[in-house]
Amino acid sequence: MHLPVYLGLLDSGEQALADSFDLVAEGHGDEPDVRQLCRTLAAQCRERVAALRPVLDRYGEKPAAEPERLHAEALPAARTGAVGLLRDLQDLVLLATLVDSSWTVVCQAAQGLRDRELLAVVCQAQPQVSNQLAWLTTRIKSAAPQALLAAA
Amino acid sequence: MDDRIADVWGRRTPYRGGGHWPVREDSHLADGVDPRRVQWVPSACVLCSNGCGCDIAVLDGRMVGVRGRVRDRVNHGRLGPKGLYGSWQAQSSPDRLTVPLLRQGGRLVETDWDTAMDRIAAVSRALLDDKGPLSHGFYTSGQLFLEEYYTLAVIGKAGLGTPHMDGNTRLCTATSAAALKESFGCDGQPGSYTDVDHADAIFLYGHNVAETQTVLWSRILDRIEGPDRPRIVCVDPRRTAVAQAADLHLPVRPGTNLALLNAIVHELIAADLIDHDYVRDHTSGFAQLRDTVASYGADNVAELCGVPADDIRRAAHLFGTTGRVLSTVLQGFYQSHQATAASCQVNNLHLLRGMLGRPGCGVLQMNGQPTAENTRECGADGDLPGFRNWADEEHIAQLAKLWNVDPLVIPHWSPPTHAMQIFRYAEQGSIRLLWISGTNPAVSLPDLARIRAVLGDEKLFVIVSDCFLTETAQLADVVLPAAMWGEKTGTFTNTDRSVHLSLKAVDPPGQARSDLDAFCEYARRMDLRDRDGAPLIGWSDPEGAFAAWRECSRGRPCDYTGLSYQRLRHGPVQWPCNDEHPDGQERLYGDGVFPTALGRCEEFGHDLLTGAAVTPEQYRALRIDGRARLRAADYVPGEHTTTEEHPLLLTTGRTAYHFHTRTKTARAPELNRAAPRPWVEVSAADARRLDLREGDTVRVESATGHVDLPVRVTDARPGTVFIPFHYGYWDTDSTEPRAANELTATAWDPVSKQPHFKLAAVRLTLLARGDQSAPPGGDAAIGV
Repeated sequence: MHLPVYLGLLDSGEQALADSFDLVAEGHGDEPDVRQLCRTLAAQCRERVAALRPVLDRYGEKPAAEPERLHAEALPAARTGAVGLLRDLQDLVLLATLVDSSWTVVCQAAQGLRDRELLAVVCQAQPQVSNQLAWLTTRIKSAAPQALLAAA
Repeated sequence: MDDRIADVWGRRTPYRGGGHWPVREDSHLADGVDPRRVQWVPSACVLCSNGCGCDIAVLDGRMVGVRGRVRDRVNHGRLGPKGLYGSWQAQSSPDRLTVPLLRQGGRLVETDWDTAMDRIAAVSRALLDDKGPLSHGFYTSGQLFLEEYYTLAVIGKAGLGTPHMDGNTRLCTATSAAALKESFGCDGQPGSYTDVDHADAIFLYGHNVAETQTVLWSRILDRIEGPDRPRIVCVDPRRTAVAQAADLHLPVRPGTNLALLNAIVHELIAADLIDHDYVRDHTSGFAQLRDTVASYGADNVAELCGVPADDIRRAAHLFGTTGRVLSTVLQGFYQSHQATAASCQVNNLHLLRGMLGRPGCGVLQMNGQPTAENTRECGADGDLPGFRNWADEEHIAQLAKLWNVDPLVIPHWSPPTHAMQIFRYAEQGSIRLLWISGTNPAVSLPDLARIRAVLGDEKLFVIVSDCFLTETAQLADVVLPAAMWGEKTGTFTNTDRSVHLSLKAVDPPGQARSDLDAFCEYARRMDLRDRDGAPLIGWSDPEGAFAAWRECSRGRPCDYTGLSYQRLRHGPVQWPCNDEHPDGQERLYGDGVFPTALGRCEEFGHDLLTGAAVTPEQYRALRIDGRARLRAADYVPGEHTTTEEHPLLLTTGRTAYHFHTRTKTARAPELNRAAPRPWVEVSAADARRLDLREGDTVRVESATGHVDLPVRVTDARPGTVFIPFHYGYWDTDSTEPRAANELTATAWDPVSKQPHFKLAAVRLTLLARGDQSAPPGGDAAIGV
């Protein structure tokens, strides 16, 4: 059964997303909304990690067996400036999309397993992740013209 | 003649619920003026958001006084201290700006209009050619007239095509608009001031009406002292005059409004005090609201909010069992953490009981300024004209047709840029021209050290239009001397949608001109034209601008098509005023139909936690179709929490004797004497703990700066300190920091983008002992 591999992937993906939100919050601290919301969203990711813990304990993680290519890497460092912010937000979209898609995969497996506990965790998590993506998209849309056309 | 300084609310005229608020004519004339020689010119007061009808007294070409209009639906003849003393005296102040100023060699020197406008047009043209329209920003006011806002909106949105337009309404009323849009689909005040006449209970949320709208408080006081007193519930961390008059005072801990409101909503639902039929037929989102607030039992939030659980339950019970309830909301919610979400919960309470659109059953999401409604409806701020939806292509097409321009010229790829982001772009150097009209950001925005640096940066070309050389004007590259209220004609709309016509009473001094003239002149010099080569701004006077706006408003919720200057000469009319409502509409949504339908709504809404925009496709799928939306969000802790280093929470706000940054009120001797200097209010418990006495000078420090102020000891909730936000630097020789916004941080609500003025963590340090007497000015706040 490969579910534990995917649960591990989800776990590490959420951690990477949380760390990346924190990194962007820190690196773009002069953008107060980015700072504040990225911190809030990082906390959400960590809550999802915590909610996943009992399920992970039940199925057991198999980190050693994970194919290396499935790993999500957190952002290494925040960029600077208006275009840098745009690129960092795009990187967050990529990570959040992977997380989102991983929840979808796990959701499907949970239905096949009739695992109500896991389904409850998924139902909590999925709308939250979609919302994180929606915020990132909203912020990117408003920032893009100024960054690409007018930034010094 | 009453002394409206000592007696802020004036003589009581008690009345019964459902009765007519008795008239009381307030008037004040300059010493020695013979009333028989005076000519009276109709207007309405612009020194708070109430919009009291008044006549300006004119003698020998000067304003010499004012009187309330007894037939005006807003005030029935009354005027508050600012209206009586502040409205007209600044006009003849010797330090009025009377000639344009131009910065040369680092100094502002006198010039003429031609030279000043040449310079503006040359810089603007060069930037447009080199950098495009995104290099231009406009920051206007809640103090100009409708005609000026609409003209500015057309210039910016159809002429230049910049999304960077906002008003200082962002600081005062953005959350009002945001909460109305989220709940009802569109801006537009559901209630009416006459709801005070009918209400059996009045809930005031973060609304110190006794100081912010003194005449509205007079109306409430007259009900309180009448034979069938309405219950009063006050949510405010300070022991304001409202709190003292209240049957129930919930002194909420700053930053926890949403938790408290979630609890009240939860208790209302748990006690089954809701109108199930109304909820089913006229709302959407009940299940999500119920589930979101499920964990907010009164016992769960009592400690967090610092309010006893029994009082939370009492509030919910009072709301749920009283016949007619009026709710009002202002800055205590709007300028605090999770502003829009908390304000939406007030709308939810009314929706859950189906209490909208009937006498006494209103919501007043208050405005902070007299003409803020017009900034919003005309699109001179972060909105599109006529409450149109930037994400609705059909709405953009309507504007493009009206203005005869290419729809792509109208920036609608995102919501228009909010004020704090405009200043951020200016700080980063991507906005290079900033035109500031009728507002004073160098005193009124958060973190003033930063704002001064932005405005003072020589890479930013700053145009300031004002009546006085404000702290902001001192940093400008071009200063335009503006005509003020009473020196120009125009209309404006108050909190309860009453449209007043304010006539020109006297000529402006020297070369001063209206902002309308300045905007029209700019459009002419920039040669802004429509698709067929006709001038984009096809008017040059107020009545022409009003006629253009009337067309723009046609068919929208803020429909002015039934209004004209001729009509408004007889007194105010509430919008919408059209064929369907020829005399205006007193209350909105009495039929339970809301402007949420596609094609009608001003917005598709946001996630209240993050501000993530709902897409048109998502909105369509929700099938709101004319129902109101019950919006919900979880409380999350904010960034503003106190620390060991900064253990107290600062709130800032208005007081009875001043308005904004005192550009007018400090030039009225009565008002200036009443409150000449700023102060800091400290709770009795904190004063004891810190060994502070009244009159002591303390240093108040936050992460962004410090101010040194005399102490006033009050009954505020322990841990909360208060500083009035009015005071800047133009009338002090001292270089010591004293403006409240030296201490506030750059942060805002994710939905309304309204800055957090009520959430700075600070510490107090004793600097010098005083004479143990309270500094003047806060008396109204403590109910003396």
